[in-house]
Amino acid sequence: MRDGRARFGVACLVVLALIAVLAPWISNGDPALQRDVVATRFLPPLTTDVNGMFHLLGTDRLGRDVWTRLAFGARVSLGVGLLGVSLSLLIGVLVGGVAGASRGVVSKGLLAMTDFALALPRVVLLLLLATLWAPGVLLVVVVLGVTGWMPVARLVYGEVRKLMTQPFVESAVAMGASRRRVLGRHVLPNAMTPVIAAAALGVGNAITLEAGLSFLGVGVQPPAPSWGGMIASGRDALINAPWVAIAPGVALVLVVVACTLVGDALQARNDA
Amino acid sequence: MSLRYLLTRILTGVGVMWGVVTLVFLLLRVAPGDPARLILGPSATAEQVDAQRHQLGLDRPVVEQYGAWLSRVVRGDLGTSIATGRPVGAMLAEAWPATALLVSLSLLLSYILGILLALVQADASGTKVDTGLSIASVTLYAMPSYWLAVVLVLAFAYWWRVFPAFGAQGLDAEFLSPVGRLGDRLRHLALPLVTLTLIGIGGIARYVRGSLVDLQGSQFLTVARAKGLSRRAVLLRHALPNALIPVLILLGLSLPALFSGAVFVEAIFAWPGVGRLLVSAVQARDYPVVLAATTISAALVVLGSLLADGLVAMADPRLRDAVDA
Repeated sequence: MRDGRARFGVACLVVLALIAVLAPWISNGDPALQRDVVATRFLPPLTTDVNGMFHLLGTDRLGRDVWTRLAFGARVSLGVGLLGVSLSLLIGVLVGGVAGASRGVVSKGLLAMTDFALALPRVVLLLLLATLWAPGVLLVVVVLGVTGWMPVARLVYGEVRKLMTQPFVESAVAMGASRRRVLGRHVLPNAMTPVIAAAALGVGNAITLEAGLSFLGVGVQPPAPSWGGMIASGRDALINAPWVAIAPGVALVLVVVACTLVGDALQARNDA
Repeated sequence: MSLRYLLTRILTGVGVMWGVVTLVFLLLRVAPGDPARLILGPSATAEQVDAQRHQLGLDRPVVEQYGAWLSRVVRGDLGTSIATGRPVGAMLAEAWPATALLVSLSLLLSYILGILLALVQADASGTKVDTGLSIASVTLYAMPSYWLAVVLVLAFAYWWRVFPAFGAQGLDAEFLSPVGRLGDRLRHLALPLVTLTLIGIGGIARYVRGSLVDLQGSQFLTVARAKGLSRRAVLLRHALPNALIPVLILLGLSLPALFSGAVFVEAIFAWPGVGRLLVSAVQARDYPVVLAATTISAALVVLGSLLADGLVAMADPRLRDAVDA
């Protein structure tokens, strides 16, 4: 990728992924570690506490290290975002692919289902599901996947319809390949480029939504660290300790900007 | 738009609504937990729970319950809130004007400023100004509303005390003169409105700039330039109207936002709208309120997409003819 913006996006994502993977080794090791709460709470960034522990981004109201929670929270945010989007890709490619390759009732039915699902208000539906079921990481992943597959299905449907009339697909059909083989081996691999661009944009969106649910207390449950939950807990201490809420927010903005830049670049390359 | 097309669209919309109402019913059945127990709380006896189940109709066959649910929704009876015991319809009707005011103002400002920003970028295409504004719009677009809201509160309510941090009016609002009261309302509106608008500008500027860039190299723009029109005239008179057609779709699709588009921002600023009602209902597991909000939002999505198609057909004669044919 020659575009500087895309390179910046990729670099950001690589750094964040490294932070998530290496979290136990580049931080204090335990995101829930509390010692003497009174002596260690709300320490500003770049201070060393009474136990001789250095706090790069300060501590929160329970004396927990913000940098450690941020690094471990990256695992939750990136993990939930990637898994949620993977699930929506799986459903979307399946629905869009089958709808594009078949005719008549099956195709019409799948398209109608996609249009129906598009009419469901995503944020409100997320809230509804989080109200009815016990909140948790798995629920958030499933809900993100189930409410995010429709644009993918539309995209794949369009691509498949276009590809089905291409000579290389027609010759595969003429050679007697089964419909499933034509779709799986010849059509879908060629339909994936725009899907990957859309997925990159989707990951940013999914991460924001996950953090939003955790912010409202219906996503990832404490004491597990999540960026949304950190912003919510930092909100109460905004005047005394703004770093608690600002650090996870900056991380969120960075990750979404990076996903958007990468998605844009992939899309532009695809259109060119 | 031909009558037949319109009728088909309306029938499809009704079908979608029926699907949503059915889905919501099914979700409620498969969800864990007994609604009767949820209403009565943990200390209720088995007899009390049975009586409540009977009152809610939960002891009747599922098909009968489904019929009753459908007929209630059709009659506009949205049920009773568990937390307050009040009709959900009345609670939503009370909360709605505050949301509508906040979101409509922010949509208006976002569209105007977003389109302006995109025009400036298109005019300065390829320069440092364009790059800078692109970075700004991507960053705004990426900002989660609940975080931007928190940062704005920190900056403008605590560090530089110019705006109140929450609520729709001050405690002393009743004792103020009419002019003073208006000023008080506007000051309370400022931070939620700025939060929503900044994020909106980011998205719209990106979108309009994208569609302006897509038009570059079109023959009609080359012709306009060949006629000797200035760059600005080409941009404003020829490129912009065409770039705005996809924006009309976006506008139609923002209709549901007028009802539930400010969930996080309202929750943070304690703005007395649908979003705040929804969040407190979620936290209290007050599902009738959330169910009603889901149903209404879905209805607005259906209406919004109908509106979007109508707007586009009105604006683009090619599509109008295609639809009529």
